[in-house]
Amino acid sequence: MSLRNIGIVYRKELTDSLRDRRTLISMIVVPIVLMPLMSIGIGAISTMIIGKASQEVARVMILGGDDSPKLMAQLRTVKNTRIVPPHANYAELITNKEIRAAVEIPPGFDDALVLGQNATVKIYEYEGELRSQFAANRLQQFFRDLRDKTVQDRLEAQKLPANLIKPFDISKENVAPPEKVTGNLVGGLVPYFIILLSLTGAMYPAMDLTAGEKERGTIETILCSPVSRTHLVLGKFLMVLTASVCTAILSMLSMSGTFVFAKRAMSSMGPGKGEGFAQLSINPKAVAAVFLMVIPLAVLFSAALFAIALFAKSYKEAQSYISPLMIVVILPAIAAILPGVELNAKLALVPILNTSLVSKEIITGTYHWNYIFMIFASSTLYAAAALYVAVNLFKREDVLFRS
Amino acid sequence: MIEAQQLVKVFHDKKRGEIRAVDGISFVCKPGQIYGLLGANGAGKTTTLRMLATILEPTDGTAKVAGYDVVTDSDKVRANVGFLSTATALYGRLTAQEMVEYFGRLYGLNDDELKKRIDRIFSRLEMDEFRDRRCDKLSTGMKQKVSIARTLVHDPPVMIFDEPTLGLDVMTARTIVGFIRECRANGKTVIFSTHVMSEVEKLCDTIGIVDSGRILAEGSLAELRDRYRQQELEEIFVQVVEGHR
Repeated sequence: MSLRNIGIVYRKELTDSLRDRRTLISMIVVPIVLMPLMSIGIGAISTMIIGKASQEVARVMILGGDDSPKLMAQLRTVKNTRIVPPHANYAELITNKEIRAAVEIPPGFDDALVLGQNATVKIYEYEGELRSQFAANRLQQFFRDLRDKTVQDRLEAQKLPANLIKPFDISKENVAPPEKVTGNLVGGLVPYFIILLSLTGAMYPAMDLTAGEKERGTIETILCSPVSRTHLVLGKFLMVLTASVCTAILSMLSMSGTFVFAKRAMSSMGPGKGEGFAQLSINPKAVAAVFLMVIPLAVLFSAALFAIALFAKSYKEAQSYISPLMIVVILPAIAAILPGVELNAKLALVPILNTSLVSKEIITGTYHWNYIFMIFASSTLYAAAALYVAVNLFKREDVLFRS
Repeated sequence: MIEAQQLVKVFHDKKRGEIRAVDGISFVCKPGQIYGLLGANGAGKTTTLRMLATILEPTDGTAKVAGYDVVTDSDKVRANVGFLSTATALYGRLTAQEMVEYFGRLYGLNDDELKKRIDRIFSRLEMDEFRDRRCDKLSTGMKQKVSIARTLVHDPPVMIFDEPTLGLDVMTARTIVGFIRECRANGKTVIFSTHVMSEVEKLCDTIGIVDSGRILAEGSLAELRDRYRQQELEEIFVQVVEGHR
């Protein structure tokens, strides 16, 4: 094994790749610029949309209530609501978003309240539609307040204390440290992004150093040099791995930066706003541990991408082979985010999913050393197997000179 | 010195089945001589030269290049060979100097020696003007000079040229032809493949006419003219190839 030759090939590939715009974009621009822009941008847009929807003056229909003038007068005072004339096809109007919600008042509602009889008010909404839900919630809140006020009036009329119907209070308090709370909320997302970006970071160099060389005709040039094919593969592979690890590191740094920035921004918004987010916290040691767990996975990605791209005749063909791989990686990475998917001995052997799950645990501050060892060992084994395949493929004439 | 004995290369194709690209080629090429493999496209020239350069492994037969076996001592063969073809492209994102340096280092040259050789070759080939320019920004002629510098950087005793002038303009082709002559003058063993008759007439000491993976006729130009009673190499070529079909 000549480390000198591997080093020469690696240095050349590094110089070459750092001059390739596509590699630079996937390795540096995407994690540093795109990730924070996406996370902050999506957050800002969704806040804006929700804010706008909550302030909308909603068109609401009242069905019935002609014999309840008192209630009708009160309903007209509900904020951000405009009452429209009743119509039989209210359901269709709600579905078509022409009105946001409708409320059905039972006959004799005002009298029923005075007489102490039970009555049911029905609110119609478009479930899952943001603006309809805001309108329906406003109506629901109005009726809840009216109900509370009615109960209070009745108790006062009977000269009974208010706590008769409220004998005790219930309060909830979080006892988990901020790291654990944060881990539960975003623990699955951090490894998901790191895993995904370590894959995308390796994609372009893997294609460029294999299928790209075939397409440009430099493969024959390098094969007639005295460097052995094993050294050649290892030098090239190390470059692909460098790109993968760099992308993972940069994505982690940019995500941490975005997190700190968002936290400070939320804290400066003043009391009552963004307090929940401002209390979130991620332990830097846990992020570093996640990175360590992702390294064998980055080796696996680099070797697998290298082998797949090597088989292709051209850059375009390599892209068509590699694109489906994204789904193969995204699915197990997403599965780890789903609630209820917990790490066990069997899942510890499933590549990608195991790293994603253990990373989620690490972010919450839980270290199951037996699983961590199993996952690190199995991921290393898979990575070694993929590298072995890549080295052997590079020795096959039918792969190198496929036509 | 190149000695090929009964070289065979078989490819397997899903549609066409077994293809014998080279079917028992034998020849000897001595130092200070140019051996020309003359054949039509698909005759087996490139496959033969790729086997000599150890890019492909022979299915059968043996070959020794600079005294080393192409199968058992392939690393040493490559260290003693300069291989140039139209398919040996340059790394576009490297500069001319970086390209030659890269190969010099792979051939085991240390920094001092490499610098001396690069300075000498770049000066000899008048490449100083564009030594720091990226290869993808060079003209075809400049690119060919970089390729020549790449094959010469380790001063190999054996030179293999696979259709080196294919698709080149007259002036660039002349540079290549001049370079091949210079290699012979410097005592190198030179093997050269082409389908351009005039180049063979101008350059080769020995000509091997190749068709269907076999050498059908071999000798100097004068010997071939005598044997086939034709003056024009093209006529000799047609007579030999058609006589064996």
